[in-house]
Amino acid sequence: MLLDARAIERTLRRMAGSVVEMNGGTDNLVIVGIQRRGVQLAQRIVSYIHDAEGKELPQGALDITLYRDDLQTVGPRPVVGATTLPGSIDGKCVVIVDDVLYTGRTIRAALDELADFGRPARIMLAVLIDRGGRELPIQPDVVGKKVDAKSGDRVDVLVDDLDGEWGAVLVPAASQ
Amino acid sequence: MTAALGKDLLGLEPLTGEQIQLILDTAEPFKEISERAIKKVPTLRGSTIVNLFFENSTRTRISFEFAEKRLSADTVNVAASGSSVAKGETLVDTARNLEAMRIDMVVIRHGASGAAKFLAERIESNVINAGDGTHEHPTQALLDMLTLRDNFKKLAGLKVCICGDVLHSRVARSNIWGLQKMGAEVAVCGPRSLLPNAIDQMGVTVFSRIEEAIEWADALNILRLQLERMTAGYIPSLREYNRVFGVTRERLERAPKDILILHPGPMNRGVEIDSDVADGPHSVILPQVTNGVAIRMAILYLLAGGKPELAEAAKSGAN
Repeated sequence: MLLDARAIERTLRRMAGSVVEMNGGTDNLVIVGIQRRGVQLAQRIVSYIHDAEGKELPQGALDITLYRDDLQTVGPRPVVGATTLPGSIDGKCVVIVDDVLYTGRTIRAALDELADFGRPARIMLAVLIDRGGRELPIQPDVVGKKVDAKSGDRVDVLVDDLDGEWGAVLVPAASQ
Repeated sequence: MTAALGKDLLGLEPLTGEQIQLILDTAEPFKEISERAIKKVPTLRGSTIVNLFFENSTRTRISFEFAEKRLSADTVNVAASGSSVAKGETLVDTARNLEAMRIDMVVIRHGASGAAKFLAERIESNVINAGDGTHEHPTQALLDMLTLRDNFKKLAGLKVCICGDVLHSRVARSNIWGLQKMGAEVAVCGPRSLLPNAIDQMGVTVFSRIEEAIEWADALNILRLQLERMTAGYIPSLREYNRVFGVTRERLERAPKDILILHPGPMNRGVEIDSDVADGPHSVILPQVTNGVAIRMAILYLLAGGKPELAEAAKSGAN
């Protein structure tokens, strides 16, 4: 177990604070979660920012499936989720929220997709777990927990809506 | 995923309910792409798709072309007139020549029933049936079902009556098979001369009076009366057809509930459908057209790529 439910709450509250701090306030912030678990995490970050700052930030969801660089090779076809952005992102500070940062390919796809919606003044990246192992030059701005996972290991973030509980676990390659 | 589609989409008769469900569910997120300012995603970048239309079509061909372009595929349109087909080249030779130019998919419309299957068995590219003779028009039936589901939230238990020239209609056949697999009740209504002899064996209710169909149905799917049928002697006159089978506002007002009105187009206003109905509050004829693009995007997405032998190599790095 990397994080239990209480640790996740503490971590997300700290991340929410860092996001506001890095942006110098809540002006122009838009929080966008990556389908599927990033969306739940984004919701909690928005609610913690609301607790601290008294402001309900616009939030959205991004499904990057159609922007993946491996679609010609994966089969069968992955399920496509909904993409919903709260109005124009031109000139905004968009915070991408995801559960685990690994190769960076998901974030590359997310950046491409956001570019098709507009031109944000800035895009930030907030991830609950950074497990290392990047294959692209992509760095997070806000990290919940850094983990040194080996290439065969699995890092799973559990969210209430999909998994029935909150948590983050590392499943070593040997035990899969 | 057991519901995955195979290489081709030839019709709805060979599909399972789960596969139809997969196509309809996949179409949902594709609706949003057409609402974006930049209506394009890079999903099929580098894929080449040939739209091979041996019969006239505006709506279906343009809808496929939009779907292909919004997925970033490269497309070529081949119409029978003005191509080597007019010089007598066979269907397979035309397709093999196209394949020799390294294409990935063929969307085919052809006047002969079974043409899509014939082609699919002879070329490696994915084949999508955009209407073959009087056999099937699967993408039309799928967009009809998506539109019905948008309005009724489910298909199971829904009562849908297909009205008009069922005999010559590939839209009718695909709808009957598709709707039944999704648990809907299907009826047909039209002059006996325009209903297939064996219609009872398809498990549908047959109404010979449009008033009965309106009394029974939640939705009417009104087929185009193909005008050439009149000269062939199937019906006495267009005016009589309208008087007996036309869907009019007066007839709908006598119905026990509001009835959703679908029409695959192109419409003959004043023949099978009155303008009051076509433009009325319960008409979803234009939403059908919008849904057509999403359905075709979903099918292209589900059929394209996904070469299983390459899947192993690409397993790493979901995050």
